[in-house]
Formats: sequence, C-alpha cells, structure tokens
Amino acid sequence: MSMIGKANALKSLSIVLLIAASTSALAASSEADFKTAYAAAEAANKQAGSLRNQWTTTTAALAAAKKAAEAGDFDQAVASSKEAEALAKASIVQATSEKEAWKAIEIR
Amino acid sequence: MRSAIQFASAALALATLTLNAVPVAIAAETADPVADARAFQKYFTEKFPKVKLKDFVNGPYSMNEDMHRQWEEKEQFPPYDFSLDAGKEMFSKPFKNGKSYADCFPNQGIGIRQNYPYFDEKEGKVITLELALNRCREANGEAPLSYMKDEMAALTAYMAFTSRGKPFDIKIPNDARALEAYQNGKRYFYTRRGQLNFSCASCHVQNPGERIRAEVLAPALGILNAMPIYRSEWGGMGTISRRFTSCNSQTRGVPLEPQADEYRDLEYYLSYVSNGLPISGPGARP
Amino acid sequence: MASSIRVRATSSGETTEVQALIQHPMDSGFIKDAKGELIPPHFIQQLTFEHDGKNVFVADWGPAVSKDPYVKFSFKGGKKGDDLKISWIDNKGASDTTTAKIQ
Repeated sequence: MSMIGKANALKSLSIVLLIAASTSALAASSEADFKTAYAAAEAANKQAGSLRNQWTTTTAALAAAKKAAEAGDFDQAVASSKEAEALAKASIVQATSEKEAWKAIEIR
Repeated sequence: MRSAIQFASAALALATLTLNAVPVAIAAETADPVADARAFQKYFTEKFPKVKLKDFVNGPYSMNEDMHRQWEEKEQFPPYDFSLDAGKEMFSKPFKNGKSYADCFPNQGIGIRQNYPYFDEKEGKVITLELALNRCREANGEAPLSYMKDEMAALTAYMAFTSRGKPFDIKIPNDARALEAYQNGKRYFYTRRGQLNFSCASCHVQNPGERIRAEVLAPALGILNAMPIYRSEWGGMGTISRRFTSCNSQTRGVPLEPQADEYRDLEYYLSYVSNGLPISGPGARP
Repeated sequence: MASSIRVRATSSGETTEVQALIQHPMDSGFIKDAKGELIPPHFIQQLTFEHDGKNVFVADWGPAVSKDPYVKFSFKGGKKGDDLKISWIDNKGASDTTTAKIQ
C-alpha cells in the first residue's frame, strides 16, 4: 500500500472512530477530565478483576494514563484512560461470553 | 491521531471477541471424569498415531523427530542435574525444630509425586505438591518458599525423580466438591483469556506439534508429567506455578496468585486426564 | 561445596568420548535485571580438558555461550582408568577444576 494510500486509509478509519467515540478527543482535557476517565477505567478493571480476568494491556494503559497525568499531559492521560476502560470492558465481555463458549472446544 | 489508533485497537479487540462468541448447540454440562479422560487420551493418540501413549510426557520432543534426537542426547547429561542434587540435599536436611519433610508426607515423601494433586475432603480443596511442601514448612516453623523456581523447583524435582516411571494416579473421591473442583479445572483449561484470547486448549489441544513463533507446541496429554522443568527459555528451573502464571501473561492476561484456587483446580484436571501416563520429571524443555 | 563440573568420559577402542556439564551463570552483560539495571558480564573465558599432560580440548568462550554450558567432544587416545583433568577460568578470575576417571 502506498504512503498516500495508507494515510487515506488511516484518515478514514480515524474519522469513523471519532464519529463512533462518544466524547470529542479534539478538545483539550483538564485534570478533572482525567480523574473521571481514570476512575471509570479503574472501576471497569476492578470488575474484570472480580471475574479473575484482567488483561496486562489494561494495566499498562492505566499506568500510562497515570504517568501522562503526572507529567501534566492530560490529553494523553484521558486518551490512555479511555483505552484502559475499553480494554477492561473487553476483558469483561470475554469473561462473560467464555462462561458458555468454552464448551464448544471441549474434547468429548 | 494516536488516540484514534488506540480506540481502534480496543474496538478491534471487542470485535474479535464478538466474532468468536458464535452460538452453538452446547451439550448440558454433566461431569463424567472417566469419560473425559478416555476421550482426552483418545483425541491425542488418534491425532498422533505414531506416538506411544507413555511418550506423550515428552511434550514437544514427541512431536518432532529432530528435536527428539537432540533431547535424547541431552538426557544423557540433563541441565536439571544441579537442581535435582540440590533438591535431594534440601529434602533430607532437617528443619530448625528437628523434623523434616519426610514427617509431612506418606512413605517419607519418596515415590509419592504421582498422587498429587489430591482432593482434601476435610478442607474441601485441591492440595498440590507445591502447596503441601510449603504447608509442611510453615507447620514446622520455617518460612514458605516462592512457588516459582529455585528451592521449590529443586524439592519438587527430587520428589518427581523418586516417582519416575510411576503412572499418574489422581483420584476424584465421591464428593460433589471434588467433582466441582475437577470441573472448574476443566473449564479453566478451555476458557479463552488475556487480550490475545487464547485458552490453554488453543495451543495444547488445537495445535500440538505446530509452532508458535519458534517453539513447537506440546500436547496437553501428559503435559505436567515432566514438571518441574529446566527450561532453556528461562535459563533455569521452573515449577507448575511458574508455567501457569507465565502462560497467562504470555496471552496478556494478568496472572493469578500462585496456588490460586483456579490453578490448583487446573492442575487437578490436567493431572487426572493424564492418569496412567508415567511421571518423567524433572524434565528439560527448550 | 560441590564442584561446578560434571563429567563423564568413556573410552571405546581408540577414542574417548567426553561429556561435561558446567554450572555457571554465563551472564553476557547485555541482560537487565528486574530493576532495569544491566547484569554485569560473568562468563567462562577458558575451558581446558587435559589428559596425560596434554590439552585435548581447549575452548575460548565469550558472552555468546549460554548458562550452564554443556560440552561434548571426542579425542583420540585415553583408556579406562586414565585421569582427565578439567578446569575453567572466568572473566572475574574465578576458577574451578576437577579430575575424573575415564570409564
């Protein structure tokens, strides 16, 4: 794929996702925004923990969020928090669907 | 732009999961360990007709001719030798209170590895060998060992060695809790986890003999028989606890505590379905 | 303390086959520990097998050799009951030596 082709593909993908995302990633974020986003991510990850199914990438995203916030980069901190929340939620979906899905691959 | 890509990765992860959650006609969950073990062993022996049942305990070495030859040479002078000798010494050394490991185990701890894990009906839980060793230490005023390597690996290496050749003889007593522990272990084995969405079965049931990156995958049948192992990848010894936790993190799942209920139940299940296969530990792996 | 060298030498006809397993960390100096600090290089630099006053095998090693190295080789000569002396010296100046009987 050419560089222009790649850029176009990424552009359309990002446009689709920006539309899909409920919050605007373009406005500058404040510390309060970060705290809200981080709390939501932590809560989701905690729920995943109660299901005994946390992901290492969630932990990494949470750490990245915290690090960015400490450095004052709240845009990044919010972005990482939202990523962490998405990953945590996905891990919850995984644990929930696997409650039945595992039977399909059992050797009988 | 970066945040958009991060959203993309999370969205993709979600999408993959929903794609995999295909509704199938799933049979009712009935527990029949005897039938399970029979089906389990049949699956692998049919998949690899040239491999003798007892040779499944050699993991990747039974899957690959060239590796098998190298492994045979290596067995003449195995890398776990140092750990095994250390384990023998440790096992016979008394605790500060004068007692020793022999006092905690049947038959003085010799030739009993094939009976672990077992279901303790008083406690209502699965007891693994590693857990039993640490409980023995604590009962005699000694600090518990880390479950992952070093001393724990040396001790279990020695105990496995004294049981070499003896077939796995795991029992499920007529107790609903034991059956539940077995079922939990089975469920854990087949459940996908971690961001990479692998279950233990993804590699060890669906792809034994195939490669994951440069490694040849071992079959699940007999996979615990060679534990603990000197793993070249680790540059040292590792226990069952080490393997379970590292397996989790390799699929990007946060590992549970060593000897968590889930791991104990998993060990129970995996050992039971390998009943009849000989203990070959300690082992060496790539 | 037990020797770091395990050796087995068997003679058949004119050849003696030697296997040795040496316990040594063989740290390359490129790996970091859990704290993120480099583990300093610590590896065997020279390994020597001596029979009947002659060196039958000499290895000059560096950081590319892995932990707990295993060596296997054959040499002409040597008979049952002969002594085989093995010694190594590492980059920190530590050394070990052992003598085994050819079987």
